[in-house]
Amino acid sequence: MLSYPTVRTSLIFLAIALVGLLFADIAITANNPWRDLGNFFLGVLTPNFFSSEGLLTALLRTVAFAFVGVTVGAICGFLLALVYRFLPVRIFCAFIRAIHELFWALIFLQFFGFHPLTGVLAIAIPYSGIFAKVYSEILEEADPEPGRLLPPGTGTIAAFLYTKIPDCWVQLRTYTAYRLECGLRSSAILGFVGLPTLGFYLETSFSQGMYSDAGAMLILFYVLIATIPLWVKPKLLPVYILGAPFFLGDGLPIVWGNVERFFTQDIVPSPLRDGEGLVGLMPWLNELMIEQALPGIWNTVILTQIALVATGILALLAFPLISNHFGGPIRRTSGHVFLVIARSTPEYILAYILLQLWGPSMLPAVVALALHNGGIIGHLIGRQTNTIRLRSDAPHGFNRYGWELVPRIYRAFLAFLFYRWEIIMRETAILGILGIYTLGFYVDSAIQSIRFDQAMVLILITAMLNIGVDILGRFIRRKLALQTMPTC
Amino acid sequence: MAGFDLSGLTASFGGERVIGPLTLTVKEGDQVALVGKSGAGKSTLIRLIHQRVDRESSLVPQELGLVNALPVFHNVFMGQLDKHATWYNTVTLIRPFKQDRMQIAELLDALRMSEKLWIPTASLSGGQRQRVAIARALYRNAPVLLADEPISALDGPMAHHVMKLLKDRFKTSVIALHDVDMAMKYCNRIVGIQDGQVALDEPTERLTAADIMSLY
Repeated sequence: MLSYPTVRTSLIFLAIALVGLLFADIAITANNPWRDLGNFFLGVLTPNFFSSEGLLTALLRTVAFAFVGVTVGAICGFLLALVYRFLPVRIFCAFIRAIHELFWALIFLQFFGFHPLTGVLAIAIPYSGIFAKVYSEILEEADPEPGRLLPPGTGTIAAFLYTKIPDCWVQLRTYTAYRLECGLRSSAILGFVGLPTLGFYLETSFSQGMYSDAGAMLILFYVLIATIPLWVKPKLLPVYILGAPFFLGDGLPIVWGNVERFFTQDIVPSPLRDGEGLVGLMPWLNELMIEQALPGIWNTVILTQIALVATGILALLAFPLISNHFGGPIRRTSGHVFLVIARSTPEYILAYILLQLWGPSMLPAVVALALHNGGIIGHLIGRQTNTIRLRSDAPHGFNRYGWELVPRIYRAFLAFLFYRWEIIMRETAILGILGIYTLGFYVDSAIQSIRFDQAMVLILITAMLNIGVDILGRFIRRKLALQTMPTC
Repeated sequence: MAGFDLSGLTASFGGERVIGPLTLTVKEGDQVALVGKSGAGKSTLIRLIHQRVDRESSLVPQELGLVNALPVFHNVFMGQLDKHATWYNTVTLIRPFKQDRMQIAELLDALRMSEKLWIPTASLSGGQRQRVAIARALYRNAPVLLADEPISALDGPMAHHVMKLLKDRFKTSVIALHDVDMAMKYCNRIVGIQDGQVALDEPTERLTAADIMSLY
């Protein structure tokens, strides 16, 4: 077994995670976590949909921000995809997508305030970078032959519209629809930094112990995501896209003086602002690195590695829940429901809930990341096993799992896992806002105490870390010859 | 000018010379059949000629090069994308103009598939797809036809019908064919290819089928 590179790689990652566990702060610190958890589930079972009209407004705003943000992101991303072959464009896109939506929101909040533009840009900017990458990959795979057969002198635009777009249309549409679902999740969590979406409502209900209100919100959110095929129809899309900007709410007006001050003063490193010059900059950077960046990076990396392995284990345990090769229809239906809930809940919301219930430590973050990402990967590989046809005398039960299925899906499983590595790290960093000592914690503290210059440096470091992991993940996937389509 | 005079045609694949160096002169009015064993280099030669006389030729490649997601109409219309402004082509993509609709419907009628005008090419049979590629070449209406096995997926009567149509519409052509009888019937010059070289080049009336069979 050890001669397989995939197995060796898996064991190395497992070992790293186990060593990480020695250093990680994993504990349940709440006094009575199980009672709180019970109360919460009681709340979900007795949802209160009518406590205030705020819930419906929050739902409407969540949909509106998602539509406007994803639409703007898709348009910009498409334009960027057309010039994606240029290295500066690639670097630019990698950079803007390496910064999480919530970080973008935190930045824009400082100078646009609670204006709708903050929420729209927070989604649109990182999504542009993601769309640019995936769209360009899809366009590259179009059949080049029809383009070569066009009469010479055909305009570039006409050639593009006739030979590229029709060939890629289905994939472009599928991916954009998938991103819209992600956009709804992003939009919901923007509420946690104060925008008027579902996250805001959830945080308010939770902090007041109104679990039934929070339960109602979660149920509505699942229904919203699960019914996307019903209410997002191609014919209705123009209505949503044109209508959505009118439902973003008014927020507060933009003070342009703040915008100017932010760029010309706030984010300039304080030694430069105070005229100490480059001599003062080095100790400033040094202190920032030692006191904030390095602990942040250390915790982010440890948590990411533990969460990555936990995600993998959960995905491998969960995929039989929806696989045709096991159990009856009842188990598969409940398996489907479990996986849909696990992957529809944004990590951030899961982590927030668990953190409220179990108290601050890395444990809620690991569980939240593993549940969400494990749910996604488990769903994808579970579906993949349904296309495998076993010989009719294949073993049953655990032997079927271990001898027939896992060996066949293991490469696909690793491909998905390494694809999500960067996503897990981006989320890990952002979970710091909830009080876990990852990079997001230091960014958030810097912003709270109006040290925007430090916050910007920390965000840049986070982005670099994400880009690094992305490159490493791609390197490992190439080394192991793993392939995946960008739809997870 | 519809003829061409190509010399020094060569092609290599994986470091091994598969074509040439050979010289080929085609005069206006020449309807050339390229014959020879499969693997002799016919397809490669068609590609080479196309690269040299791009602007002057309507090409029917063996892989057809259709955009599967588009209907038959648009696949045929692509033969004249260079004749219209971008806005015209864009509007046509969404809603074709009447004159183009009629022209292309007529062309498909001649190929006996007018009822397929708005069907996506992905859902057509192999023979129908081949006729769409031929319709595109006819619509392109270049002075020279370059076709690589254009009737390989057509049944007997349809194959004759299409070859007659190509003979009538293109005064000058180079068509790779593996069917010797078809070549003798619809082309006025036979060029035999063997191991990447011209092994035979005669007007059809001076040849018998037996002469050509020596190439195989």
